[in-house]
Amino acid sequence: MGASQSTESNLMASIQRHLSKIVVAPSFAASLFFVYGFILWTGYMAFSKSRMLPVWDWAGLRQYERLWQMERWHVAIENLLIFGGLFIVTCLFIGCLLAVLLDQRIRAEGALRTIFLYPMALSFIVTGTVWKWLLNPGLGLESMMHDLGWTSFKFDWLVNSDMAIYTVVIAAVWQASGFVMAMFLAALRGVDQDIIRAAYMDGASLPRIYFGIIIPSIRPVFLSAIVVLAHLAVKSFDLVIALTGGGPGYSSDLPATFMYTMAFQRNQLGVGAASAMMMLATVMAIIVPYLYSELRGGKKNG
Amino acid sequence: MYLRKTILATGVAFSALATASFAHAEPTAEVLHWWTSGGEAKAVASLKEDFEANGGTWVDSPVAGGAGDAAMTVLRSRVLSGDAPAAVQLKGPAIQEWAEQGALAELNDVAAAEGWDDVIPAAIQDVMKYEGDYVAVPVNVHRVDWIWANPTLLAKVGVESAPTTWDEFNAVADKLQAAGITPVAHGGQPWQDATVFETVVLGLGGPEFFQSALIDLDEDALNSDTMKAVFDQMRKIRGYVDADFPGRDWNLATAMVMNGEAAMQIMGDWAKGEFLAAGKVPGKDFICAATPSENGYLFNVDSFAMFNVSGDDKVEGQKLLAELIVGEKFQETFNLLKGSIPARSGVSLEKFDDCAKKSEADLEAAQEAGGFLPSMAHGMALRGHLSGAIVDVVTAHFNSDMSSDEAVSRLVEAVELAKD
Repeated sequence: MGASQSTESNLMASIQRHLSKIVVAPSFAASLFFVYGFILWTGYMAFSKSRMLPVWDWAGLRQYERLWQMERWHVAIENLLIFGGLFIVTCLFIGCLLAVLLDQRIRAEGALRTIFLYPMALSFIVTGTVWKWLLNPGLGLESMMHDLGWTSFKFDWLVNSDMAIYTVVIAAVWQASGFVMAMFLAALRGVDQDIIRAAYMDGASLPRIYFGIIIPSIRPVFLSAIVVLAHLAVKSFDLVIALTGGGPGYSSDLPATFMYTMAFQRNQLGVGAASAMMMLATVMAIIVPYLYSELRGGKKNG
Repeated sequence: MYLRKTILATGVAFSALATASFAHAEPTAEVLHWWTSGGEAKAVASLKEDFEANGGTWVDSPVAGGAGDAAMTVLRSRVLSGDAPAAVQLKGPAIQEWAEQGALAELNDVAAAEGWDDVIPAAIQDVMKYEGDYVAVPVNVHRVDWIWANPTLLAKVGVESAPTTWDEFNAVADKLQAAGITPVAHGGQPWQDATVFETVVLGLGGPEFFQSALIDLDEDALNSDTMKAVFDQMRKIRGYVDADFPGRDWNLATAMVMNGEAAMQIMGDWAKGEFLAAGKVPGKDFICAATPSENGYLFNVDSFAMFNVSGDDKVEGQKLLAELIVGEKFQETFNLLKGSIPARSGVSLEKFDDCAKKSEADLEAAQEAGGFLPSMAHGMALRGHLSGAIVDVVTAHFNSDMSSDEAVSRLVEAVELAKD
C-alpha cells in the first residue's frame, strides 16, 4: 500500500517536473516536421528532376543552373535588392523620425501613435489593393490632380515597367514604418532620463543629445528592426500580387512570386524548389549573424 | 429535450447508413473543377442535374481561386495520396502529362459505343487521347482569335466591318486614333498579351508557321523574319492601347468596347458573354469577327480528364459521366450557358447566337484548310513550362521598348532553356 502510494507520488512529481517539456513537445515535434522536415524536403527537390509531380531522380545542380539562366529570376533578384534596400532604409528613417517627434511629450500622443501604427493591422492584400487604386493613373492621384486643373501632373509608376517596383516600396513603407516607430518609441522611453538631464546641464543641444547619446544607446533596436524588416522583404508575396500582379509584364516580380509561378503554374517544381532554397539562403545570411551576436551577447551579460 | 436529441441523432445515423448502403449500388462520381461563378457555375449545375437524372450520385469538389492553380495543387496531393477524384477539369497537354504518370483511366468502350471518333474533330481527339486511348472528354470549343468591335465607333471613321488583314487593321486603328478614339481595348496581363501575340502569329505567318513556331517550337521558325514582323506588329498594337492598360482585367477591357471608350478588343469568345449579359445584340450593338488570318482558327477546349478510381460504383459513375458530357443534350445546354460551341458535330445550333454560328462555320472551313490549331496562350498547344517561357518574352517585349531583334533572340534562348 505504502509502496504504491510512493510510486504514485513519484510519478506525479516527475510529471510536475517535466510538465513544461510535455506541454511543449507536440508543438516542437510539429514544427520539427512541418518546418524543418519540409525545408529538407524542398532542399532535396531542388536537386531532383521534379516537374509536375515530385520525383526522386537526382539531377545534381541542374535546377540551380537553369534558375540562374532565367532572365526572369535575375529581374526578381534585382527587384529584391531594390525593394529590400529601399524598404528597410526608408522604414528605419521614417520610423525613427516619427518616434523622436512623438517622444517630445506632445498632446494627443496616444491618438497619433494609434494612427501611425494602424496600417500594420491591415493585411498586405488590403494595402496592395488600396494603393493600386490610388496609384492607377486613370483612377487615383493623377486623375484627381487633372480634375483639380493641374493637367501636366504625371505619376504613372504603377504602369511603367521601370518604376513599378518602387510603388511596391511606397505601399510597404506606408504599412511597416508605424511598426518601426513603435519599436523605437519603446526604446526611447527606456533611455535613462538622468543621462539626458546631465547632458542638458552641460549645455548640449537637443539634436546633439539625440545623435550623441540617445540613438547610440538604442542601437540594438536598429538591429532587431532590420531583421524584422529584412525577412518581411524577402517573403513579400501578397503585396506584389495585389498591387501590381508582378507586372507590367514580369517587371515587378520578387523571388516569392517567381517561386509561386514556377512551382504552381508552370509545373517546374524543381526550379521552384531551387528558388525557394535561394530565398532561404538569403534569410539565413541575415538571421544567422544576428542570432550569433545575440547569443554571444547574452553570454557576455550573464 | 434530451430525448428529442437522441431521436434526432438516431434518425440521422440511420439515414446516413441508408444512403451509404444505397450509394454502393449506384454510379458515383466526384468532380473536381473551378467553375464556381456566373455562367460557368450554372453550366456545371446543368451537368450535375443531368447526371443525377440518370441515377448517379454527384460529389461536387469545387476549388476556386487562381484560375485553376489552387485546384491543381489539390489534385496533386489527392493523386499522391492515392485518392484521386473521378473527373477533373483539365485541359490541353496537361492531360498528357497526367497520363504519362499513369494516373488516367481509359474510356475506350464508352468511346466505341458512342462513336466519338466520328463526331469529335480530329485535332481535339489528339488532345483527349493518350497513346490512342481516350482519357478525357471535351465539353466545349472556345475560339480565341476574335475581334470584338463597336460598330458605332467604327462608323465614325467610315469603317463598316472589322478589318480582314493586319495592314487594314493598322489603317483602321490609325484612323481611329486620328479621330481621338482609343483603337484597341486591352488588359496588360501576361495571358492577354499572349492572346494578342498568337493571333498575330496566326495572321502574319499563316497556319503552317503557327504550327512550326508555337507547337513544334522549330528554331528556324522562332528565329525567322516572320517572327520579327510579328513583334513589330505587337509594338504597333501597343501604340493603339490606352495608357492605363497594365493589370486591367479582360472583362473591363470588354466593357470599354461596350461603352464606346475603345473600338476593338482581341479576345476569346468568353467576351461575348459580357456583351450578351448587358443585353447587347450581335451584329447590331457589337461586331464579332475573326482576327485577320487565312482560314485560321485557334481553339481552346475545356475538358474533363478521368482519373483511376477503384470500386464498381465509381467506375460506373465515371463512364456515365463521360457518356453524358459528350452527349448532344449536355453539349447544347452547357455551351448555351458558357458562350462557346459544342465540341462535337451533330448538335443543332438553332438556339445559338450568330457569333456561335459563325464560329461553327469557320471551324469547318478551318478544318478543311488545315488551320484548326490549338491555342498557345490558353495552354492547349504546349506544356506549362514551354508556353510560360514564350509568354514571359512576349509580355516583357510588349511592356518595354525592347526591339524586335532582341525579342526574337530572347525567344529562341528562353525556349531552348525550357526544353531541357
